[in-house]
Amino acid sequence: MVLDRPALAAGARGAAPVLLGIVPFGVITGVAMVASGIPPLEAMAMSVIVFAGASMMACAQLLSQGTPALLIVLATLFINLRFMMYSASLRLHLAHLPLGWRLLVAYLQADNVYGLTLSHFSDRNLSLSEKLGYFLGAGVPIWLAWQAAVLGGVVIGAGVPASWRLEFAGPLAFIAMTIPLLRDRAMVAAALAAGLVVIATAALPLRLNVMIAAVVGIAVGLILERKRTV
Amino acid sequence: MSLWLTIAGMAAVTYALRASFLVLPPSVETPPLLRRGLRYVPAAVLTAIWAPELLLQDRVLFLALENERLLAGAVAIAAAWRWRLTSVTIAAGLLALHFFDWLI
Repeated sequence: MVLDRPALAAGARGAAPVLLGIVPFGVITGVAMVASGIPPLEAMAMSVIVFAGASMMACAQLLSQGTPALLIVLATLFINLRFMMYSASLRLHLAHLPLGWRLLVAYLQADNVYGLTLSHFSDRNLSLSEKLGYFLGAGVPIWLAWQAAVLGGVVIGAGVPASWRLEFAGPLAFIAMTIPLLRDRAMVAAALAAGLVVIATAALPLRLNVMIAAVVGIAVGLILERKRTV
Repeated sequence: MSLWLTIAGMAAVTYALRASFLVLPPSVETPPLLRRGLRYVPAAVLTAIWAPELLLQDRVLFLALENERLLAGAVAIAAAWRWRLTSVTIAAGLLALHFFDWLI
């Protein structure tokens, strides 16, 4: 597969404005990880090999509450389930790439890259190498900016006083990610149900309440959606 | 050591999810119910993670005007609704947290 240079450049141009939004979140994630007690080396290793901001933020929060490793991994699975959707949808465009390229595309998947790529693909008739070029042109700078931002946060984080209460940036970032998703009644109901259930079952051990809340929330969303369409 | 295991586990499940459909042969179809169920995952899971940080204290519901995290969270939700920018939401929430902390 020969990389298409104009497509790479187009991807990089598409990614440029998005970088402005990635950097603060990366810095905050780095700060939150170090503030919760994750050492700098482990924080950077997680950033490079996991490369998923929301689950890293959740891991920091769960670790500071003494959650066992297995449940943190389970929480990661639930939080990152959306990547399965991205995988399914990117596959519609990139299924015919050699397996090696598809494995690289899988690694670079992130909310921003996915959004940019799919909106670019939607109104154009592109060849397979142009599609790959655009994805990589957007995905690689976003990956680099994210890692640099997390590193910045990890370095600053080590010297931030506890009285600044920057650990609250974790839940705040999740609020910022959740609210724009609430575009229809079923989605609002799913979030509300999950919020109510997680509080009502808070006495359960091992933060099982998060898993139960997620399952109830998804079920409520599906039921409401069905009622409206039937 | 346990932290490295945690990181390895997180990396494995995350990569497995990202690769899940991309590694399938082009002929395979996605089941419709799975596709629809996955749509609600981010909103439900993320809410289940931030709601306790606002509403609980020592695992007990803390619904009071003295709860500065709840008040700051309400400000952050309003900011997220109005501007839809991560940086604005976080800045508003942190400023509100310190303001209510000082006020109470």
